Amino acid sequence: MAEKGKKIPRQAMPEQDPKVRAHNFDEVPYGYDEKLAQLEAQRCLQCKKPKCVEGCPVEVEIPQFIKFIVEGDFAAAARQLKNKNSLPAVCGRVCPQESQCENTCILGKKAEPVAIGRLERFAADYERNNNLVTIPEIASSTGKRVAVVGSGPASLTLAGDLIKKGHEVIIYEALHTPGGVLVYGIPEFRLPKAIVAAEVDYLQKMGVKIETDVVVGKTTTIDELLEDHDAVFLGVGAGLPLFLNLPGENLCGIYSANEYLTRSNLMKAYKFPEYDTPIALGKNVAVIGAGNVAMDSARTALRLGADTVKIVYRRSRAEMPARAEEVHHAEEEGVQFELLTNPVKFIGNEDGWVTGMECIRMELGEPDDSGRRRPIPIEGSNFTLECDTVIVALGTRANPLIPSTTPDLKLNKRGYIEADPETGATSKKGVYAGGDIVTGSATVILAMGAGRKAANAIHEYLMGSA
Amino acid sequence: MYKIVDKKVMAEGTVCQLEVEAARVARKAKPGQFIVLRIDEKGERIPLTMAKQDLEKGTLTIIFQVVGKTTAHLATLEPGDALIDVIGPLGMPTHIKKYDGPVICVGGGTGVAVLYPITRGYKEAGNEVIGIIGARTKDLLILEEEMKGVTDDLRITTDDGSYGHHGFVTDVLKQILEERDDVKMVVGIGPVPMMRFVCKTTEPFNVPTTVSLNPIMVDATGMCGACRVTVGGKTRFVCVDGPEFDGHQVDFDELTQRLRMYVEEEKKSYELFKQKNA
Ligand SMILES: Cc1cc2nc3c(=O)[nH]c(=O)nc-3n(C[C@H](O)[C@H](O)[C@H](O)COP(=O)(O)OP(=O)(O)OC[C@H]3O[C@@H](n4cnc5c(N)ncnc54)[C@H](O)[C@@H]3O)c2cc1C
Ligand SMILES: Cc1cc2nc3c(=O)[nH]c(=O)nc-3n(C[C@H](O)[C@H](O)[C@H](O)COP(=O)(O)OP(=O)(O)OC[C@H]3O[C@@H](n4cnc5c(N)ncnc54)[C@H](O)[C@@H]3O)c2cc1C
Ligand code: SF4
Ligand code: SF4
Ligand code: FES
Repeated sequence: MAEKGKKIPRQAMPEQDPKVRAHNFDEVPYGYDEKLAQLEAQRCLQCKKPKCVEGCPVEVEIPQFIKFIVEGDFAAAARQLKNKNSLPAVCGRVCPQESQCENTCILGKKAEPVAIGRLERFAADYERNNNLVTIPEIASSTGKRVAVVGSGPASLTLAGDLIKKGHEVIIYEALHTPGGVLVYGIPEFRLPKAIVAAEVDYLQKMGVKIETDVVVGKTTTIDELLEDHDAVFLGVGAGLPLFLNLPGENLCGIYSANEYLTRSNLMKAYKFPEYDTPIALGKNVAVIGAGNVAMDSARTALRLGADTVKIVYRRSRAEMPARAEEVHHAEEEGVQFELLTNPVKFIGNEDGWVTGMECIRMELGEPDDSGRRRPIPIEGSNFTLECDTVIVALGTRANPLIPSTTPDLKLNKRGYIEADPETGATSKKGVYAGGDIVTGSATVILAMGAGRKAANAIHEYLMGSA
Repeated sequence: MYKIVDKKVMAEGTVCQLEVEAARVARKAKPGQFIVLRIDEKGERIPLTMAKQDLEKGTLTIIFQVVGKTTAHLATLEPGDALIDVIGPLGMPTHIKKYDGPVICVGGGTGVAVLYPITRGYKEAGNEVIGIIGARTKDLLILEEEMKGVTDDLRITTDDGSYGHHGFVTDVLKQILEERDDVKMVVGIGPVPMMRFVCKTTEPFNVPTTVSLNPIMVDATGMCGACRVTVGGKTRFVCVDGPEFDGHQVDFDELTQRLRMYVEEEKKSYELFKQKNA
């Protein structure tokens, strides 16, 4: 085995040609076929003390699932994955593996780590595409009812865990489609919506009820939910967009990334006019920010037909928070980078449409609180960047809708819900929270981990109080 | 699915009323709040005010003007048809209180549908309420009877003089403000130019004036920022901070421009719809 690991190189995942894919919304990588998957799986050393598992926030049984792939029992590999991770087809695609499981894989010390994410994706896709998904055993009914608010990865994980333990689970989602950021934020070309729909369908087959169009804080409140549910979980994400508060920011053609991506993904504006919701088809698009959300916005703009798409970022390449793979994909497709550049104001025409952005060049000074070197404006370096669409991708904050109608729910200084990191318990009895609404914008897998912990705690709470 | 139980055509081809089953939303609705609806899987999410709700039947009533694809499609639906989504109640309810002087409620066009529940709220709170409603022509005037029922004095105007005062609602508003110096509040709801004009009219009299804004929305829960407007120099999200604001502070130019952001697409969408339904 050990030798194999050295001899076989890390297998690349075939993907669409950048020139072609920059104009369609189909998924970028095709995924491994069985042969490639088995070849890659053979690289794993089957470590007795697997380092990779330490790097995974939910401790997926990595060597075990990979062994099944080597043996050709792909469905068993998928089942093994699901012991710890209820959404492997999603995580295999969107987890930042390079800083998690693959970062700690022992092979990575000398050569390239095992492509754990790609294998995870392969096993989950194999199971789904061959209709091998089986409904697990559900414990007999406990007679307890749990309300789950929001339907992002934290909630989906929690719902799956609690239904298996015999509780009645009802998800209340504000939007018309369940999935959270997985459906409204992450674009189709990175995470096909059919995969999210299949996961949601699976939960429903296990008996989870989903009520969409329910805005908690408006249609109902936490206190009302507590009247006919024994516990409540808040997995409502961090959905409030941040703007720059610069002059001209409300000109036509200036979007938050949330709006731009929601129009495109959730409302399918990329299929306008077949779908009714429009989106601005800018020729020259500027995206402010350099995180994953900025990359997703930039790549969406290209696919909508933009001639140029520029990422405008006030620090340098080294400080860009996006995953290396995302930056690489964006660059391959033709996204350009205006680094060390900061907008100072937006310029519009007489119809109120944005026509440009006045920017100033920056240089890096001493490190700031975050440890990154602080960008400092270079006096007199102002210039105008022409653009007809701007996407502001500076991050999000907590939406105050629920706290404002639940005064006894304690928040932290930044407006997020205060919850015990081990149990998700909030200051309000019977109310738990997890995911981005507790930590601020993080990752799918961390939200799922929080959902799992809260599920265990809620189960104990419900059974203890029985 | 949310079933349509009743339909009334209020002005042929332009203004329509639908009563929809949505008990969960109706139960919570307060004057000034709105819903978002989607007709079908490919449909847009559009905001409409709840003009009335019936708690016993678990229904709510919307009144809308046909201005584009979605409202035109909506107008073709009949009792028995259903909407795929009804979300609400959204926005902040009108802050209604008892004033020691009259409240004037001014409505133009379909704005009267938005104004009606607010007027009723002021009346029920024990206020003296003067109503002024207007339309381009007599056939487009809506909710006259209902408004009569919730006002102490209802004035009517039409642009073409076919009914009531010949002229604009603001003519009558100005006249009342000149006659009475005890007016405590003016609520103006209608097309943007009308609301702007109402605010211009009340400004010299120093009467607080509330308007209900109608920007383009997507989620209507504060998540996207599509609905942002500038009020008193600050950016506000109409779906969560509004829809009502101090009219004297609103940047109406910006609102007008933002409402025109998708004119080309809207035209295309509407034309396609008309072709298909010709
Ligand atoms: C564009 C984009 C790209 C990303 N890319 C990645 C990536 O590649 N990898 C990665 O790991 N992470 C990525 N993330 C981050 C990741 O998606 C989030 O960390 C994760 O989805 C958080 O999950 P959650 O369960 O906390 O809530 P969310 O996914 O935010 O879902 C919350 C849900 O709650 C609903 N809700 C909110 N308020 C209410 C209410 N009052 N009543 C009812 N429902 C409500 C919302 O409508 C939403 O559906 C990305 C995020 C974005 C925006
Ligand atoms: C809080 C709120 C409450 C509303 N209540 C009502 C109501 O009770 N009755 C009613 O008839 N309308 C109401 N509106 C307006 C209604 O939402 C729009 O008329 C509708 O979205 C138009 O959709 P459409 O597809 O038919 O037309 P589109 O093709 O989208 O638009 C056609 C034309 O209408 C204009 N327009 C687009 N969106 C809006 C808008 N949101 N408001 C005004 N004009 C718009 C455009 O500038 C365009 O020229 C309300 C809007 C808001 C924000
Ligand atoms: S869940 Fe994410 S971090 Fe864990 S093994 Fe899978 S890809 Fe790696
Ligand atoms: S650390 Fe790497 S080689 Fe070892 S078991 Fe994990 S994936 Fe396999
Ligand atoms: S409509 Fe999205 S924030 Fe108001």
